[in-house]
Amino acid sequence: MRLIDRNMTVFLGGLFILTVAIPLMQGNILPGYAIQLAGKYLCYALLAVALDLVWGYAGILSLGHGAFFALGAYVMGMHLMREIGARGVYANPELPDFMVFLNWDSLPWYWLASGSFAATLALILLVPGCLAFVFGWFAFRARVSGVYLSIITQAMTYALMLAFFRNEMGFGGNNGLTDFKDLLGVSLSSPEMRLVLFIASALALAGGLLLARAITASHLGRVLVAIRDAESRTRFLGYRVEHYKLFVWTVSAMMAGVAGALYVPQVGIVNPGEFAPANSIEVVIWVALGGRGTLAGAALGAIVVALARTLLTGWLPDAWLYALGALFILVTLYLPKGIVGALGDLRPARKQSKEVPA
Amino acid sequence: MTILNIDSVSKSFDGFRAINDLNLAIDKGELRAIIGPNGAGKTTMMDLITGRIRPDRGTLFFDTTHDLTRLDEAGTARLGIGRKFQKPTVIESLTVAENIDLALAGPRDVWSALRGPHGKSAVKERARLLDLVRLPDPDLLAGALSHGQKQWLEIAMLLAQKPRLLLVDEPAAGMTDAETMRTAELLRSLAGEHSIVVVEHDMDFVRALDCRVTVLHQGHVLAEGPLDHVSRNPEVIDVYLGR
Repeated sequence: MRLIDRNMTVFLGGLFILTVAIPLMQGNILPGYAIQLAGKYLCYALLAVALDLVWGYAGILSLGHGAFFALGAYVMGMHLMREIGARGVYANPELPDFMVFLNWDSLPWYWLASGSFAATLALILLVPGCLAFVFGWFAFRARVSGVYLSIITQAMTYALMLAFFRNEMGFGGNNGLTDFKDLLGVSLSSPEMRLVLFIASALALAGGLLLARAITASHLGRVLVAIRDAESRTRFLGYRVEHYKLFVWTVSAMMAGVAGALYVPQVGIVNPGEFAPANSIEVVIWVALGGRGTLAGAALGAIVVALARTLLTGWLPDAWLYALGALFILVTLYLPKGIVGALGDLRPARKQSKEVPA
Repeated sequence: MTILNIDSVSKSFDGFRAINDLNLAIDKGELRAIIGPNGAGKTTMMDLITGRIRPDRGTLFFDTTHDLTRLDEAGTARLGIGRKFQKPTVIESLTVAENIDLALAGPRDVWSALRGPHGKSAVKERARLLDLVRLPDPDLLAGALSHGQKQWLEIAMLLAQKPRLLLVDEPAAGMTDAETMRTAELLRSLAGEHSIVVVEHDMDFVRALDCRVTVLHQGHVLAEGPLDHVSRNPEVIDVYLGR
């Protein structure tokens, strides 16, 4: 299988054009916040690719991928809090405002590494990766699969949400982390920083897509499909199914963490709401809408829904949720294989009609 | 020399004795047919041999030294036990060639899989196997094969694993008469190089295998010997062959 197939070529080409075009059009054709908005969409798209990697290829329907996204977001948020320094309301050079408010006198141990940007980059991968590894180790070894696995992934993100709501956890409780000022000494609200974050998001999405494609196009990808379609058969062929699931699950969680980390500086806040079960379920809808098991389709689905949401909240502020719901129902009824799946079905039909002699 | 030794094995499910003091020994290179009515414990026996379930009592040894009760499915498969299911199970969304590639003997760990499929010798071996089971188009999706062809593909996958012991569950199910006879012929030709245990209901097929037969009843061996010998056994006639 080729690494860059047709869908991938079209998607990456489109992504490149938009990455160049959006900054050029901002301020004249597009509104001034277009870059920030588009950067956010690209983070959602990367999260969708991460989910498609496990759901579309290994058959693991995660209803908790929002948790890995949120953990990456919190790691980045913690670094941004430390960058505020003495410019906070309480002007404490060491402690973030919420800790001063809680009368804490020193940083908890798990905040120590957040001062370093390099450590933050490593933790963006390590924190979601370790949680996924430990969770997957127990779940896959116990051969929890199907709907039961989906339920415990949902429980995982719900439990994390409740934990992060607590002030004593040291992550800002209900309010989360916000009031960020700058990143690496450059103001987050400067046009340059916004452009850099947008381009970084586009690169991360392209990199995530290529990594996912490299995995699924390899022999390992065949094994994953075998596990998805006939798990028991695959075991009798001598494959340790749990190892394969654990590998792809951990890679996927790290990818989701990167998406979350890029998301936070572009939206300016992270709070426990990111762990809400509904968020994770929505990711499943993006992937289904774009086309499960197509990678580029998953990214497209995320962007289409996010764009629809933005436009509909403007046009139909009262009814946009209904419009979005109607969109999902229509897609499920008429495009069961998603947008990319439906396009794929059109192609051979056209080819056949050409072969009919005139 | 035996390849498989099952000694005094029992296994119950919720008080139901699926396997009851089972003793069975398969010689190296032997072809053995196992017959018995529904619920005689044939599938449970296969599950025990392949490490899918553990016995309550007794021992299972492969090649006299490997304790099968300590291994899982992947472990027994890597040891050289291949299993064909009653219902043909191939990976329907992969091509015929990809199905064979998955089964071909070689490393099974995540890192080797990531580095890619097997080398050039694998391509030759794949072609040989597809020729053997008469599947001409390697690029066809396995899901598009007929029922009989799926059975053949699964047999080819089994052989690709280079197993020392083959467990074959009702291979003739859903095959035409001609296919059934060809399957019997193939299994006979494989015996010697491989040890083979065939579970089957179809008596014409068992006759065509022309081998030693074990009759299983209520998880216990009722009779053993050539087909003509066991089919004259009054107990066997009573529980199985027909009243």
